[in-house]
Amino acid sequence: MELNQLTAHELLDKLKNKRVTFEAILDALYARIQTVEPKVKAYARFKPADKPSLNLGVDGFLGGLPVTIKDNICTEGLTTECCSKILSNFRPPYDATVINKLKASGASILSLKANMDEFAFGSSTENSCFGPTHNPWNLACVPGGSSGGSAAAVASDEAVWALGSDTGGSIRQPASFCGVVGLKPTYGRVSRFGLIAFASSLDQIGPITKDVEDAAILARIISGYDPGDSTSVNQSVPDYTDSLGKDIKGIRIGIPKEYFIEGMDAEVKRIIEEAINKLKSLGAVSRQVSLPHTQYAVPVYYIVATAEASSNLARFDGVQYGYRAKSDNLIEMYKKTRAQGFGEEAKRRIILGTFVLSHGYYDAYYLRALKVRTLIKNDFDTVFNDFDCIVAPTSPTPAFRIGEKAADPLQMYLSDIYTISVNLAGIPAISVPCGFTRSGLPVGLQIMAKPFNEEMLFRLAHAFEQNTEWHKIKPRL
Amino acid sequence: MAIDKKTVEHVAHLARIELEPAELEKLSLQLHDILGFIDKLSVLDIAQVKPASHILPISNVLREDKPHVCLTADKALENAPSKNGNFFSVPKIIE
Repeated sequence: MELNQLTAHELLDKLKNKRVTFEAILDALYARIQTVEPKVKAYARFKPADKPSLNLGVDGFLGGLPVTIKDNICTEGLTTECCSKILSNFRPPYDATVINKLKASGASILSLKANMDEFAFGSSTENSCFGPTHNPWNLACVPGGSSGGSAAAVASDEAVWALGSDTGGSIRQPASFCGVVGLKPTYGRVSRFGLIAFASSLDQIGPITKDVEDAAILARIISGYDPGDSTSVNQSVPDYTDSLGKDIKGIRIGIPKEYFIEGMDAEVKRIIEEAINKLKSLGAVSRQVSLPHTQYAVPVYYIVATAEASSNLARFDGVQYGYRAKSDNLIEMYKKTRAQGFGEEAKRRIILGTFVLSHGYYDAYYLRALKVRTLIKNDFDTVFNDFDCIVAPTSPTPAFRIGEKAADPLQMYLSDIYTISVNLAGIPAISVPCGFTRSGLPVGLQIMAKPFNEEMLFRLAHAFEQNTEWHKIKPRL
Repeated sequence: MAIDKKTVEHVAHLARIELEPAELEKLSLQLHDILGFIDKLSVLDIAQVKPASHILPISNVLREDKPHVCLTADKALENAPSKNGNFFSVPKIIE
């Protein structure tokens, strides 16, 4: 195996035993980027002539290992544009808290940032102002989104590991489509200071990695209380690697019947059922459960998330940073800047969000959605009274083709049907590779747990991974 | 609840986004479909349900009112499309 194919924990072992040098790892990684990036397009602003550089942290246990960062997380002095024209040439004057934490642990930050749907609005990475990322398993397919660049970079061994963000599935769904591991931590577990906000009651930053152990290492580094984010929770962070290698005998798994419905791909259904059987053969006990308000999650999400987005994105007005359209009149300058700077999906969501908050519609839409959100959260609370975790598919289908859903926003929104409830309820969830379709596309298994019980996710996901071979299979590029 | 072109135009103005006539046309149809889908929420009886304005049981997060290090004016203005001394510069507001 080439060095760029190894997991972070394998590289750390080799560095510790002096079997490789840091320079050899970088050389392998940069060579790989040069070779496959023109096909995959996982990185924003990549130019073959430019050699990537590293923003180094302190000496620490990560030994300088580079991390790939999604283009919506602020990195001091490194261009960060949310893959939107409206943030053209934005160079953050500060690091996000997660970046500070990575640097303090000895990581370095890759100057190339990962491609994404503009402002994380999307499920396919087709909404990037730099054009789509391609799925490493089939270049005609999408990598999922919005963290499609992060997931594709990890899957194609153009990255050691990566950070993404998840508002309605944006870490887990691309992880599933690309055959890698993706974790959405509990709301409040990871500081969002320096994450360019989409929907503040839903957004979380999380790891996208080649295996569960790497996800546990990275999650521990970025988690924890931060006075800079008033929604971060002051609760100690366990060493998640302690949850690895434990048996799962007697773990109670709920299988939500509402997730196995019409519209689900038959192959995905079979693969998920086989994965559940695997967990049972390892000692877990499963029973069907009900999350009765599941069908309302997508409509609730497209009210709550767009309402919050319309407010958060008001700051992009051509005054403090990014793109500004020419005009002699202030209001006209705002309107033209936003018309020319935002892509189609961003405009659609801002206008929808403004509508559901506007006079005369607030009670009918926004307030109603918040109430149904309570019902969705209550569904999970009820199940977690009797179960340790919930297991389901991450996505109803494998990766779809580029362009297939681009013209129909509603169809695109429905591709997040299994991931959105988790954000609405604030709970943690992980996606792990659990098989391939006959045409060679990966499928992800989603595991959900109670708030702040990421340990349960790592325990179950690791047991599954260590007893299967799916995570070892690499795409041919 | 239906949404017509006039409403979309008004909301776009509130959101400070200029729309081309063709964009307005397309967006009105798409928003009509999306709102039609969202309307399935109206079948639920939610009279007794409290809104989940926050998913975690925390409220009133306050910090001590002490000065702390923040960005310098120079750094804050680094990305400004237009500036004048220590200020962001915008088109004239008052005649």
